[in-house]
Amino acid sequence: MTKKKVGAFDFDSQINTIENNFPMYQVLDEDGNVVNADLMPDLTDDQLVELMERLVWGRTYDQRVTILNRQGQLGNYAPSGGQEASQLASQYALGEGDYLLPTYRDLPPLVQHGMPLKQAFLWYKGYMSGNVFPHEFAAMPAQVIIGAQYIQAAGVALGFKKRNRNNVVMTYIGDGGTSQGDFYEGINFAGAYNSPAIFIVQNNGYGISTPRAKQTKAKTLAQKAVSAGIPGIQVDGMDPLAIYRAVKEARDYALAGNGPVLIETITFRYGPHTMSDDPKRYRENKILEEWEKRDCLIRMRNFLTAKGLWSEEKENEIIEDTKAQIKQAIEEMGKEEPQKISMFLKKMYEEAPQNVQEQIKIYEGKERL
Amino acid sequence: MAQKTMVQAITDALSLEMERDENVLIFGEDIGMNGGVFRATEGLQEKFGEERVFDTPLAESVIVGASVGLGLAGFRPVPEIQFFGFAFEAMDAIMGQLSRIRYRMGGERFAPVTIRSPYGGGVHTPELHSDSLEGIVAQSPGLRVVIPSNPYDAKGLLISSIRSNDPVIFLEHLKLYRSFRQEVPDGAYTVPLDKAAITREGSDVTVIAYGAMVQESVKAAESLEKQDISVEVIDLRTVAPVDMETIIESVKKTGRVVAVQEAQRQAGVMGSVMSEIAERIFLYLEAPVSRVTAPDTVFPFGQAEEVWLPDAEDIEEKVKEVIDF
Repeated sequence: MTKKKVGAFDFDSQINTIENNFPMYQVLDEDGNVVNADLMPDLTDDQLVELMERLVWGRTYDQRVTILNRQGQLGNYAPSGGQEASQLASQYALGEGDYLLPTYRDLPPLVQHGMPLKQAFLWYKGYMSGNVFPHEFAAMPAQVIIGAQYIQAAGVALGFKKRNRNNVVMTYIGDGGTSQGDFYEGINFAGAYNSPAIFIVQNNGYGISTPRAKQTKAKTLAQKAVSAGIPGIQVDGMDPLAIYRAVKEARDYALAGNGPVLIETITFRYGPHTMSDDPKRYRENKILEEWEKRDCLIRMRNFLTAKGLWSEEKENEIIEDTKAQIKQAIEEMGKEEPQKISMFLKKMYEEAPQNVQEQIKIYEGKERL
Repeated sequence: MAQKTMVQAITDALSLEMERDENVLIFGEDIGMNGGVFRATEGLQEKFGEERVFDTPLAESVIVGASVGLGLAGFRPVPEIQFFGFAFEAMDAIMGQLSRIRYRMGGERFAPVTIRSPYGGGVHTPELHSDSLEGIVAQSPGLRVVIPSNPYDAKGLLISSIRSNDPVIFLEHLKLYRSFRQEVPDGAYTVPLDKAAITREGSDVTVIAYGAMVQESVKAAESLEKQDISVEVIDLRTVAPVDMETIIESVKKTGRVVAVQEAQRQAGVMGSVMSEIAERIFLYLEAPVSRVTAPDTVFPFGQAEEVWLPDAEDIEEKVKEVIDF
């Protein structure tokens, strides 16, 4: 395309200048070679191994839960396979007491944040008890309305700032979610008060079926941070070390009183949007195959094996252990008491108004029969 | 005790609760230095500082969404939506999120948020400043919708709302802000939530109203008294969920009901109140359960408000219809 004549306002050069400022950061390439040593996070060998263990756990979780769903043992499931680095390396960079606001796809990081596995399964299955968290657990249950978690995160972060807590708030959204008004309201509000928030955009390529390119004219999603006057960076979402480093630095930056940071992770969802979705309707298999070559496990496995920190036996051990954890959690879930309407009614208000009091009596009467 | 307008009583309530509980935060558009567009938060920033009384970006969804977050972080947020017509921008935050927090977390966590917002016709505002949207939020289980009709109740109900650990949508009728004064005690006191008031006792017909329609109903009742018709006026105060006990007791006595709301016939909360009456005490009724409402059009442009809004004359006419049935 020939360049248009530049008038008094050079619109093209303005947007190009902005967009060229958002390179995708990487530490490890697809084969596990260190391509940017300056960005290598300060992790001990034990921590590197622990991070890899979590990624393997995440992959096993996704595979097992997918099967359990197909067997009808769990309710609907939004698969996270492919996004393990994006979800679990970002959570791994958080500190004690940091607050997490996940979406319906982010149950794995919520479990790593401290929620018992059984509760994740209760949530999929449709039990209120899946969302009952102890007071000290710094997290919200999985958010279903895309964008709501961003504005709530802005509120929790402002609260942390007012309490002078030495903690950050982290929340996730997908690429489609960045088109929502609440996305902008959330990052703008957090920026306006310099609140300690980390906004993660997991760009997995699709909002159900709609490709990322149809969501916006913006070349990157990270650049949307500019509109709120906050930093935004783009990292390789299949590279756990780049993600860890980005979140760690964003955390330090926020805790130093500089305000929020937006991080876009370039990742891919291997499976369907949910178990009732069929990706063959909107994407070719070869795209999936290309992304599988960039898998986080391949590069971390190579990187750690070369350092003498990882082996096939070790990986199998983690897989078997995860399967055992899942089996046990499913068994525990099976012991859950059936839910009662009267119990739901009692959770509506602290002091029940007349309509609720009346209905509690009616339902308790029926439930005794 | 002093004679106070409703807006002064509201400022009073806010100031007292700020003093009482350091977790109370007040925020919204232009509520800080400017004291809010109706001066409801006048002087509060000066008194309590910018950490606790602060202006927000012009963004209703995050004002409510952040209130949920602040509530979960241990605060007691009292955000203002500048006009309730702007609440459409915050509908997920209010109805999809705030209303459900306690339930979806199994009763273990809650967001004690009181959203204050002006609404109501008669003052010639631009579009979407005066609409009666209480019926929309009233349909959300988990919320309380509170609408005071006078300065005394406004102060006591607002204090109860702020102290409640459940979310409250507290709607302040624009025309009532400064239209009359009433004796309002200086200190803190509460008026109970979920409890209607018998504003005026009577024996022939029960008129149920809320907000600015309470005054119109009392005016109608006074005129009807001269015609030997005794009208009992009930002020709902909490318009959702409704205090049916008080209504049922009154209607058992009178046998006749006129439900009055400023909202359109298809909106508001009276449709539900009427069906509850019909279902619960059908055999006590001497006439059809009737209503006075605005017509089912969009809220009118300023100059048409007088002909559009229901008033004492409409109520009087409907009461006579019910008496003569």
